[in-house]
Amino acid sequence: MNRHLLSAADLSRDDALLVLDTAAEMDVALAGRSIKKLPTLRGRTVVNLFFEDSTRTRTSFEVAAKRLSADVINFAAKGSSVSKGESLKDTALTLEAMGSDGVVIRHSASGAPHRLAHWIRGSVVNAGDGTHEHPTQALLDAYTIRRRTGRVEGLNIAIVGDVLHSRVARSNVLLLSTLGAEVTVVAPPTLLPVGVHSWPCAVSYDLDAVLPKSDAVMMLRVQHERMTGGFFPTVREYSRRYGLDAIRMASLPEDSIVMHPGPMNRGVEIAAEVADSVRSTIVEQVANGVSVRMAVLYLLLGGAMDGAAE
Amino acid sequence: MSGAWEIKGVRPLGGDPTTLYVEGGELVGERPAGAQSIDADGLIALPGLVDLHTHLREPGREDAETVATGTLAAALGGFTAVHAMANTDPVADVAGVVEQVWRLGEEAGHCEVRPVGAVTVGLAGKQLAELGAMADSAARVRVFSDDGKCVHDPLLMRRALEYVKAFDGVVAQHAQDPRLTENAQMNEGEWSGVLGLAGWPAVAEEAIIARDCLLAAHVGSRVHFCHVSTAGSVELVRWAKSKGWDVTAEVTPHHLFLTDDLVASYDPVFKVNPPLRTEADVTALREALADGTIDAVATDHAPHPLEDKETEWAAAAFGMTGLETALSVVAAAMVDTGLLDWAGVADRMSVRPAQIGRLPRHGQPLEPGSTANLVLVDPDVRWTVDPRITASRSRNTPFAGRELPARVIATFLRGRPTVLDGKPA
Repeated sequence: MNRHLLSAADLSRDDALLVLDTAAEMDVALAGRSIKKLPTLRGRTVVNLFFEDSTRTRTSFEVAAKRLSADVINFAAKGSSVSKGESLKDTALTLEAMGSDGVVIRHSASGAPHRLAHWIRGSVVNAGDGTHEHPTQALLDAYTIRRRTGRVEGLNIAIVGDVLHSRVARSNVLLLSTLGAEVTVVAPPTLLPVGVHSWPCAVSYDLDAVLPKSDAVMMLRVQHERMTGGFFPTVREYSRRYGLDAIRMASLPEDSIVMHPGPMNRGVEIAAEVADSVRSTIVEQVANGVSVRMAVLYLLLGGAMDGAAE
Repeated sequence: MSGAWEIKGVRPLGGDPTTLYVEGGELVGERPAGAQSIDADGLIALPGLVDLHTHLREPGREDAETVATGTLAAALGGFTAVHAMANTDPVADVAGVVEQVWRLGEEAGHCEVRPVGAVTVGLAGKQLAELGAMADSAARVRVFSDDGKCVHDPLLMRRALEYVKAFDGVVAQHAQDPRLTENAQMNEGEWSGVLGLAGWPAVAEEAIIARDCLLAAHVGSRVHFCHVSTAGSVELVRWAKSKGWDVTAEVTPHHLFLTDDLVASYDPVFKVNPPLRTEADVTALREALADGTIDAVATDHAPHPLEDKETEWAAAAFGMTGLETALSVVAAAMVDTGLLDWAGVADRMSVRPAQIGRLPRHGQPLEPGSTANLVLVDPDVRWTVDPRITASRSRNTPFAGRELPARVIATFLRGRPTVLDGKPA
């Protein structure tokens, strides 16, 4: 594995499988314990550097690090260079001086984790950068698919919605194709990037044509600013053409699953009865997020499974 | 002290070795009495380079560059004239500002400074600036541009094109449709999709170029296009010229050499407007410069202090320095590839830009009677770009660490050396 996890493209197939297998071991190791803690990263410091509010992702990383016994510092950076606060570089130098072993960064600017990795010696984990990537989300999605269906390779997986602005979509297309899945992105043409035809996936504008052969459907959140940005005429029209409701869900193969990275817009990209159905993995995804992030921190920060490295 | 000079063994435009004589600010036919001698064996003489597109940042951003530092960088790069862009603070949209910039250039003495006047008040695109007053001022402005911003309103653009005919001016258009490039960060293509950066599509440049070619033809004006960057723009300029319309265009050294895959590093030193494009665009731009469709190389030298570049990509300033590397980059892109000889380089970097900017004393033939604006170049030396060693106050060169061919050995401005032995004279 690389020292950093900046993009899902950093992961070879073996790397990705190692993370998923390690996550499974984390689950097993914790399953029998009344105190859900492993000693593997004792004495290591993990900084959660969040330039964007994201309670769920920050909490997930925090729980993951604490279950590995790492010291966790939550560094909520209010400003950024954009808003004329402290610069990213100065923040990086500060963290470096405090001796952080790993930095988990969420930032509104694509590529901010790459810049950070330039300025600090510790490992950098990208927890979502602008409209670029969110590699641990893709790992937890792959982990969820594997737990539900037993495999990722050879599955047909549809990713539906605002692909243009989605870091979840970018990371998932890369990771799931690395793992041998057949990925199709489905969106109105206005929400697909110009270069999408060079991505390792198929492209469709027609959700109804894709659903009957999909083993997993991943619904992307429609960000509020897109609803008024002229990418589609109205939210209702978007919902009619690209939302997953109960009628559409019925066209899925019998064992197919429905995924969503959260937070959901119930009634926009996903109907409530779909989100709460037995096919839905949405709550599992949250739980699996902790396991996968434990695996990533463990592998990047060089912990030892049995604590022998202490 | 203009002095007298004997430049021995030099090859004018890369031709046969000869000796050039300089006296009283001009090239002369015989050795002047008391001439200092320069052994120029192996060196090439070109008319002093003329840059149509330079950001000197003064007044307003003296932390990035001043007229003095920028023109010294220009002299070291072989330039004897630069056009100082209008997007200063205050904007160069009145006679007072352009005269100030012109005077600062005269005082520094490294290079002739020709201020560019803003087309519209405050670059706001709403109302014509006092173009005539700037043309009639001591700065004698002939090139007008809102560079950094596009003159987007078609009626305003039409009026500007018409109005400057009265004093033989030209509008230099920064072709960028603002609506198609809102928040744009890099070339829209495969890389912007992968990197999650908002795209700057080629059509946003090409649509404006097409419109302005038609407007210029309609009102019988000349128009110049700044920093064309796409294969489609080349096609449009070629088409307009084939109609006999008075259209000219420039290309930057970086657009002749660098491509948008460099953005994958997210290093904002590669952030520039218009953005770095694709290999196919680079190829088309080189061919267009070779066949004369693109008239001139212009640096778009855009200095920025370190803190405006050492940031995340979206927060960083657009722009690259270029004065000190331009000739070497053109040598690498055009001469080493066999697309242009040194006479061709002289044409695209001196003769034609001097014509476009209406600079009669620049870009002249290297023969007796011409003003002694010239540069001596060693074509055989290779050097590595080190951003820590620059005359420019800023270090944002995208060529850092690259080995490039050709070096400026000496520059003469009106018969007086501004650079000798590759150092400020």
